[in-house]
Amino acid sequence: MNINFKHEWIETNIGLMSVLTMLAISVGGLVEIAPLFFIDETIEKVEGVRPYTPLEQRGRDIYIREGCYTCHSQMIRPFRDEKLRYGHYSLAAESQFDHPFQWGSKRTGPDLARVGGKYSNEWHVQHMVAPRSMVPESVMPNYPWLLSTPLDLSDLVGRMNALRKVGVPYSLSQAEYGANVTRFGETVAGQLHIPDARKNLIEQANFGNYDGDRSGISEMDAMVAYLQVLGTMVDFSKYADDAFVDNR
Amino acid sequence: MAVTAYSGAEQYNFDIVKKFAVMSLVWAVVGMSVGVYIAAELAWPFLNFDSPYFSFGRFRPVHTSAVIFGFGGSALFATSYYVVQRTCQARLFSDGMASFTFWGWQTIIVLAALSYVMGYSQGREYAEMEWPIDLLIEVVWVAYLILYVGTIMRRKQPHIYVANWFYLSFILATALLHTFNNLAVPVDLFSMKSYSLFSGTQDAMVQWWYGHNAVGFFLTAAFLGMMYYFVPKQAGRPIYSYRLSVVHFWALSFMYMWVGAHHLHWTALPDWTSSLAAAFSILLLMPSWGGMINGIMTLSGAWDKLRTDPVMRFMIVALSFYGMSTFEGPMMSLKEVNALSHYTDWTVGHVHSGALGWVAMISFGSLYHMMPRLWDTTLYSRKLIEWHFWLATIGIVLYIVAMWISGITQGLMWRAFDEFGNLQYSFVESVAAMMPFYAMRAIGGMFFLTGTVLMAINIFMTIRQGKRESAAPDAGLAVRMAQA
Repeated sequence: MNINFKHEWIETNIGLMSVLTMLAISVGGLVEIAPLFFIDETIEKVEGVRPYTPLEQRGRDIYIREGCYTCHSQMIRPFRDEKLRYGHYSLAAESQFDHPFQWGSKRTGPDLARVGGKYSNEWHVQHMVAPRSMVPESVMPNYPWLLSTPLDLSDLVGRMNALRKVGVPYSLSQAEYGANVTRFGETVAGQLHIPDARKNLIEQANFGNYDGDRSGISEMDAMVAYLQVLGTMVDFSKYADDAFVDNR
Repeated sequence: MAVTAYSGAEQYNFDIVKKFAVMSLVWAVVGMSVGVYIAAELAWPFLNFDSPYFSFGRFRPVHTSAVIFGFGGSALFATSYYVVQRTCQARLFSDGMASFTFWGWQTIIVLAALSYVMGYSQGREYAEMEWPIDLLIEVVWVAYLILYVGTIMRRKQPHIYVANWFYLSFILATALLHTFNNLAVPVDLFSMKSYSLFSGTQDAMVQWWYGHNAVGFFLTAAFLGMMYYFVPKQAGRPIYSYRLSVVHFWALSFMYMWVGAHHLHWTALPDWTSSLAAAFSILLLMPSWGGMINGIMTLSGAWDKLRTDPVMRFMIVALSFYGMSTFEGPMMSLKEVNALSHYTDWTVGHVHSGALGWVAMISFGSLYHMMPRLWDTTLYSRKLIEWHFWLATIGIVLYIVAMWISGITQGLMWRAFDEFGNLQYSFVESVAAMMPFYAMRAIGGMFFLTGTVLMAINIFMTIRQGKRESAAPDAGLAVRMAQA
């Protein structure tokens, strides 16, 4: 091979330059992203992780609407201080049904990946309406409108259908429901059945009474239901301390 | 002596450049004002006013979109249209398409800002726009690509000037990133809500591949294109090294795309991915500094301009901040450093030393160079430029020093243990400790914003002066003769 390469060839040919630039910028993404969809170890095999119930998912929609991710992360790192402060480090499996992911990049407030069950519903409601009444040094905005705004249920089925299309195992047919029974058990499978979404949501909101007011379903009901489930799906007492080390 | 008429109204389409240049200043003032406001919200939370529309979470994307896509984007459209026409000695091949990119892009920024405060967000940083806006971006961007490449094809020179390589790389990369990061299924055709195609780990990887390359191409490669035209022009000297520009162009384009996962160190993303990203992040120091050296050394033999020419000073300080941020970045991508810096204000400070120090300063310098020429006049006030320069520089220093202190303090407080092995501080103690630095940051931002407002006034007066001169051509000639 004795090709006397000259960069001049490229810089006098816009077609060649475009193609080569496209090649140069495509490699990194291909090498780093594509394998994540095929390597099995990327997501741990772990029991208990399930899609959100309709009420929790609506809460998650509100979490995204209000931009909570701009100040709160949902990704605990495997450090001693984070374990003490927040609990077991987050697993990939725990956000496998999160469209989009909400790992966040900033902790102006604390991590929320395992906030579920740490505080009472009443605490959350009061804290969201007036954070400084609970934590005087807090810089979180007040969210009083969550309590006064009724939860919009008009496009609930549309939302779940869209999530089903991107891969969340919400069921439409009996066959899909049956598969969910096998995979998640009957109670969970019932919650994931789209035709029953509205009924399930109302039942969960009334039973859980998240906002302390049974007269209607507010956005606060959904938000608190979502916060209370965060990080609670996996029972880590079932696993050895180093059970997930190889997945990292 | 140079009194030859400059306005090539027939030869070049400068009308589109003027429009984008003016809008970039409008968005700079708007976006930075919102930035100062949300900075103040963090120091004094009563400023959220119990209102959904002004609460930090919805307002922050208004700031980021207005400064990145409004100010930065408009400045890039303006300068790229200017540079491609002048270096190719060819007019943009379609005035209609150029106009479409202008109105399309401005509509996108307005819609994005409105949709965020209304509560429509994809929840992806720097890509919060919901799907209808994303589609509009896609269309405008393809028009931009066609217009740009089409104009290069009409060039009168065989060679494509180096600035255009960088602009081209930025346009192609942005198209690629925007497309894949925004794949989503809408709830229905008449709903603004959509759900992203990917989930969890894969979604995180796609988002930060996008997120860091928004920095790498939108905020770096493109502004290097700007640098490669305006620094030599303002210095009146050729680029320091042609060979260096070739090497660092290809290295930068290739390597940037690998580094996004350093935003996901220690997360549930597999270790191999973020380690690979960290390795490339460290390598990236070399092409980054290649650009910095090429820019700064272009001034060799004309260093006195730093004293005499305030516009040149903007450009050189921009390159210095570029060098500083691109050193800090690889350092923060080291896993041990990242363990401390991630999730803290240090990251915010790092972004702003790049965004204010590099992106904004090089844009200011380039606009100061370009805008008087577009209106065929001279800058209205040199004194205002001096003031702008010092306000901006002091503002940046206040901002990043505040964020360094608060970031490192947060990181250290979170991991501090007492003598019994318990956590020494509750989370909220770290929040309380931030208060003085959040105030200092807001003040730094205010300095920077004030400088930008002075620039807007200066440019407004410059344009007015240009229009008056062209209305009375003899007077204009006399003014320039006197100055020559």
